[in-house]
Amino acid sequence: MTRPEGDAVAPLARRDDEPLFDEPWQAQALGLAFSLSDAGVFTPAQWSRALGAAHRRILAGGADDTPQTYYEAVVAALEGLLREGGGISASALEQRVKTWRRAYLNTPHGRPVKLTAGLGAGAQKGANH
Amino acid sequence: MSDHEHKNTGDVHRELHSHLPPEPALRVRAMESLLIEKGMLDPETVDAWVEAYCEKIGPKCGARIVAKAWSDADFKARLLENGAEAVKGLDDAGWAVAHLRVIENTPAIHNLVVCTLCSCYPHAILGPPPNWYKMAAYRSRAVRDPRGVLKEFGVELGGDIGLRVWDSTSELRYLVLPGRPEGTGGWDEERLASIVTRNSMIGTQRDLSIDAGQA
Repeated sequence: MTRPEGDAVAPLARRDDEPLFDEPWQAQALGLAFSLSDAGVFTPAQWSRALGAAHRRILAGGADDTPQTYYEAVVAALEGLLREGGGISASALEQRVKTWRRAYLNTPHGRPVKLTAGLGAGAQKGANH
Repeated sequence: MSDHEHKNTGDVHRELHSHLPPEPALRVRAMESLLIEKGMLDPETVDAWVEAYCEKIGPKCGARIVAKAWSDADFKARLLENGAEAVKGLDDAGWAVAHLRVIENTPAIHNLVVCTLCSCYPHAILGPPPNWYKMAAYRSRAVRDPRGVLKEFGVELGGDIGLRVWDSTSELRYLVLPGRPEGTGGWDEERLASIVTRNSMIGTQRDLSIDAGQA
């Protein structure tokens, strides 16, 4: 009886003990952002603006205000900055995502996944999948 | 028979998909591999960063800084004067903290830190921010209704205590220096550090419990 009310008034505090990353890619995405910022590919200020804008855009599109949404914004902000100043076009990125997807589908479980597994003959199978 | 075959095909299909990482993971992997090929990223960098950020750096670095400030008046003065400079010489500082401002809680003032733009945070000394810090709800409510946010975290701030909210940016990050609790006289820095919590250094906790330091 009190529980729903408690959740309603404490949406922040109840997240206090949550794990900081639900999935490894979330940490990888942040690591990528900070590594590129350290390397000077973009400035911390550019990163901050891009992340803020991506987060607002995704929330405005109706996404829930959750950590998952935040990390999706991290990925979207990275993609935007790399399109603008990193020389990675949207089409190059989509192509590479497809290749990785095929590589995972073509690699037996438990084996290390290599990008080359998404290319060549096996790629055709994956592409039709 | 055909049902059985069909089911097997479905299982194989699901099996394949269960090994496929979620879409954002593929996108991160794609960016990383393209950047490495272009020579814009060292292959070891991201893994090294994740390992250090998640495993080595954590709120304990910040806690040791707070404990040192409680124990060493000269260090505390330097810390409040120029946080980034003061922590430079410490082993705990992790990454360089380019711009750090340390703000002190007093009996009359409580400080609360937020990043209204995104999620700027002194990660070099506190590790990853908690999930609530990154949520739009915290980022707007900490400014609109900071006393309400504090109440949610169990901090009932008396009307006679002033509340300051500090908005972090990529260029300036804040660390709250919480008040040293009574009953900790004579404690060494290590023991003092053991009672300093992450939230007390963000400002969503005010009174520290000395129980954790009793063992």
